[in-house]
Order: sequence, then structure tokens, then C-alpha cells
Amino acid sequence: MQHGKYRFIAGFLVVPLALYAVFVIWPFVQSIYYSFTDWTGLSPDFEMVGFDNYSKMLQDDIFWKSLQHSVLLVLLLPLVTLGLALFFAFMLNVGGRRRKGAAVTGVRGSSFYKIAYFFPQVLSIVIVALLFQFAFNPTSGMLNSTLKAIGAGSLQSDWLGDPDLALYCVMVVLIWSTVGFFVVLFSAGMASIPKDFYEAALLDGASRITTFFRITLPLLWDTVQSGWVYMGILALGVEAFTAVQVMTVGPGGPDYSTSVLPLYVYQTAFRDAQAGYATTIGVGLLIVTMLFAAVVMRLGRRERLEF
Amino acid sequence: MKVTETPPAAPAPRSPVAKTDAPSGRPDKGTEGTVLNVFSHGMLIIWAVLVVMPLLWAVMSSFKTDDSILSTPWALPDKLHFENWSRAWTQAHMSDYFLNTILVVGGSLVGTLLLGSMAAYVLARFDFPGNRFIYFLFIGGMSFPIILALVPLFFVMNNMGLLNSVHGLILVYIAYSLPFTVFFLTSFFRTLPTSIAEAAMLDGASHTRTFFQVMLPMAKPGLISVGIFNFLGQWNQYMLPTVLNTEPDGKVLSQGLVELAVSQGYKGDWSGLFAGLVMAMLPVLAAYVVFQRQVVAGLTAGALK
Repeated sequence: MQHGKYRFIAGFLVVPLALYAVFVIWPFVQSIYYSFTDWTGLSPDFEMVGFDNYSKMLQDDIFWKSLQHSVLLVLLLPLVTLGLALFFAFMLNVGGRRRKGAAVTGVRGSSFYKIAYFFPQVLSIVIVALLFQFAFNPTSGMLNSTLKAIGAGSLQSDWLGDPDLALYCVMVVLIWSTVGFFVVLFSAGMASIPKDFYEAALLDGASRITTFFRITLPLLWDTVQSGWVYMGILALGVEAFTAVQVMTVGPGGPDYSTSVLPLYVYQTAFRDAQAGYATTIGVGLLIVTMLFAAVVMRLGRRERLEF
Repeated sequence: MKVTETPPAAPAPRSPVAKTDAPSGRPDKGTEGTVLNVFSHGMLIIWAVLVVMPLLWAVMSSFKTDDSILSTPWALPDKLHFENWSRAWTQAHMSDYFLNTILVVGGSLVGTLLLGSMAAYVLARFDFPGNRFIYFLFIGGMSFPIILALVPLFFVMNNMGLLNSVHGLILVYIAYSLPFTVFFLTSFFRTLPTSIAEAAMLDGASHTRTFFQVMLPMAKPGLISVGIFNFLGQWNQYMLPTVLNTEPDGKVLSQGLVELAVSQGYKGDWSGLFAGLVMAMLPVLAAYVVFQRQVVAGLTAGALK
């Protein structure tokens, strides 16, 4: 029996573990090793160069630019996205006119809103990015032609071609595609808050704004916090890479004005054939990601409320 | 239930020191409610329009001629130009991209669910040395930036002769889907009752047989949730195929769309491009409409730890 048990365990684990080790763990470990080499990626020969890549990175203007953009995304994106989502979710669940004796209700048609809002989340970020590339098109895009039609022609702009605006345009797209997800997530969280709490607050004459900050937000804090981490990983990772790569010229925008760290890693490795240096930048990205997670965990720590 | 029977509007005897704004209580709250209602409804409708508008615009544009897309972006199509769709489907290789995506995602989804549930079952139900270590090894993969592993991964694949192949891409998709799948299914298997599995074992079923005939059917709801999550993730995958799958014939849908955007944009075939975009949107739209509940549950399960 015992013997059979271990054979069974080994049999069930060997394939998944092997796949995971070969395609995930091993490359990950290797990348840290490669970051100390001058490997081009084209030839099999390379030498250890110590910290040369790291000092090169610290003097690399494009690295700093990309880092700055990534940090901006990590700070702004969660703030705007989660803020909007909290507002909408509160309206959908608590914001409604009182009726039928229920203390708190959502506005009319809240389930319809939830279905519509969530839809962008299931679309591929590539589709979303391409769609908005057209919306932002300076000559025939939806945005500029709408502005012209409503008589605000002076606001027309070369959205993605303008170095000052391009990154914000990318941000708008990421916000557009993610808000609905958090509306649904927060709605689920809000639905589990006991109704008595709201009733008690209403009896005390609390306004809806007070109710939100005193009851809903504190009780939802755990969900908000994991949402914050999720948004941060999105802003530092695949989604930001894809949106920038697909939407902006270059890619990376005019004069690297939209370049983000993952894109710069990709370009350094596969366009500039500097595989060793690319992994160094990747390690930089890893450090930023870990710092971000640590900061959120630290700031977000507060006493867990039981109910 | 007792509490809700008393209408909350009927004020309970209030202690005089309760709230400073207490006197302005009822009539004021009425106006606040109305103003806030108009405001909140307005905001909700604006966002709904902002979400739906670009999608409708894309569908509309896919039926228009290039001229009218450029000159009158908001006008309805003069007639339904289905030729845009057929042009995108055949000449722009959308059919090939679809087929490739279905092959890759089909293979990797089955593999992910099978291997993921096997690993998760063992990790959740058996005590053995190294259990915790392997578990955290899997979970750790959820938090690190994939792009960092991508450069060496390219050369690992190259050495194994797996670049630009469907089975190579399938193996990589499975490997990168395992962290979340194992994480989710491990906690799911822990919630399942042990008594049925024990009964099966007493009846002489082997561990393997117990897993496939008893535990796996019981885990169906969990498998559906995590399956939808993985399906959407793998169907929409862009970064992995961009690096590992550069052969023109083997491109998956997301790569193909970018390709299409570049080449059609160059040719000025906007309508064909919109047709391709809408075509790629339809399967997920259909899946979302039909399985709306499961999709939402499957995706949000990912964020709640």
C-alpha cells in the first residue's frame, strides 16, 4: 500500500513538474546567469563580464525612460481603474433609490450594466489595441471625427503620434479593458456585506458618501488590495507590453515616449541581438515588480475586519 | 429578517447628541438622493456607451467600403458589404490563423487541465516529503515577469527543435498555465469530501482509478472555472507566440491580426481589417453570451485568493 502510494505520487507529478521545470524554472534561472554575460544570442560563444551589463543599464537613457513609464503605469493605472470600478460597483449595489423596504439596493438595470461592462475583459488585448489604434487615428479615427462633429475641432490631436499624449492613450485603453472586471469583482464583494450594517448607518442618518468610506471600503479592503497587485502585474507585464507594441509606432512611440520595460527587454533581445543585456534589464523589471508587491502589501496591511 | 421588516426610513428614537446634521434629516436626504441618482445613472450610462460604442463602430465599419470608413466614419453602411468578410477570411489568411489557434488552444487546454489536476490532486491529498516545496515552486510562477524567462526560453526551444511548431507551443502554453491551474485546483480538491474516495479505495480501486473515476468527475465545477480562465488566456495569448512562433504559416490569431493590421494598413484595406477584427471577436463574444455566468465566475476566481 505504502509502496503503491509513492509510486502513484511520483507518476502523477513527474510530467507536470518536468514541463514546468524545463520551460519555466530553468529559463528563469538561466536568465539571471545570462545577465552577467556578453551573450548576443546569435552565436553560442559568450564570456562572463561581471557587473558590466548592470553598470551599462544604469547609464542607459532608454532604460531609464522605460522604467519611468513603467512606474508611472504602476502608480496611475491601479488608482484610476480601481477608483472608477469602486464608484461604479457602489452605484450598482448600494446607490439605488430605496424601494420596497429594502435598505440598500442597486440602481435599476444593474445586471445589464455588469454584463456590458465586463465584455472588454474577455477580448484579447490585441483586438482592443488594434481597435483603439483606429479610434485614435488622426485623420479618420472615431475620436477626432467625433470632436469635429460636436464642434470641438480644436481639441483634435495626433493622439498616438504626440510624445506627450501617446502613453496616456495607451493607459486609457488598458483602463477601458479592465474596469468592468473589477466592477464585477467588487460587486461580488459588496453583495457579501451584511445588509444590517447599511441599515444601522442609515438609521444614524449617514449619507451614501459616508456609508461608502466608513462601511463599504473598509470591508472590501482585502479585495481592493489583491486587485491592486493584479493591476500592477498587468501594468508591468504582458498587457502593457502588448498594448504598447501593437498601438504605438516604432513600437515604443516617437522618441521612446511610450516604451515600457518589458518592451525594451524584448527589443534588446530580439531586435538588437543583445540577449545578455536584455536579461539584465529583465532582472531590473523583476526588482521593480517585487518592490511594487512589497510596497502594496506593506501599505495595505491593516486589521482584518470580521463579520 | 426581523430587522428589514422595520422600514429604515422610520427614524428610531434618536439620542439628542447623535449627529450634528440630524435636524436636516429627511427632506435634505430626499434631494441628495435625487441628485445623486441622476448623477450616478448618468455616469453609468456614459460608461456603458463608452464600452459598447467602439465595438459597434467596428462591426459597422466591417460592412462599409474603405471610402466611407475614411470620409464618413459615423454613417451607416450603404449596404452590407459581405465581400470584406470573405476577403479577410480567404486572402488575408484569417481561416489559417483560426485553425492554428484552435489546434494550439485545444491541445494545450486538454493538457493543462489533465496535468494540472493530476499535480493538484497529489499535492492536495497526499502527505509526502517535499509536498510544500513543490507546491510553492508552482505557485511562485504566478508572480514573476514572464518576459524575463522569454529570452532563454527561446534558446531552450531552439535547442530542442521546438521553435515554430504546434506541439512546441502547446507544451509552453501548458507549462505557463500550470501555476494558476495548480493553485486553483489544489484548493478545490481540498474542499471535496474524502469519504467517497476512501470508500472506492476500500472496494479495491487503485489510486489512479479512484482519481479518474471518482475524484475527477466530482471536481467538474472547478475544472470548468479554471478551464474557462485558461481558454481565454490561451486563446488571447500574444507574447509567447510572438517570440516562439515566427513562421508565417503557423501564426495564431492574435499574431495574425497584428500582421493583418500592418499589411492591410499598408494596402489601405481598412474594411478588410475591420472584418478580420470582428471575426476574431465573434467566438469570444458568443462564448461570453452563452456562458456568461461561468465566464465571470471563472475569471473572477483568479483574482480572489
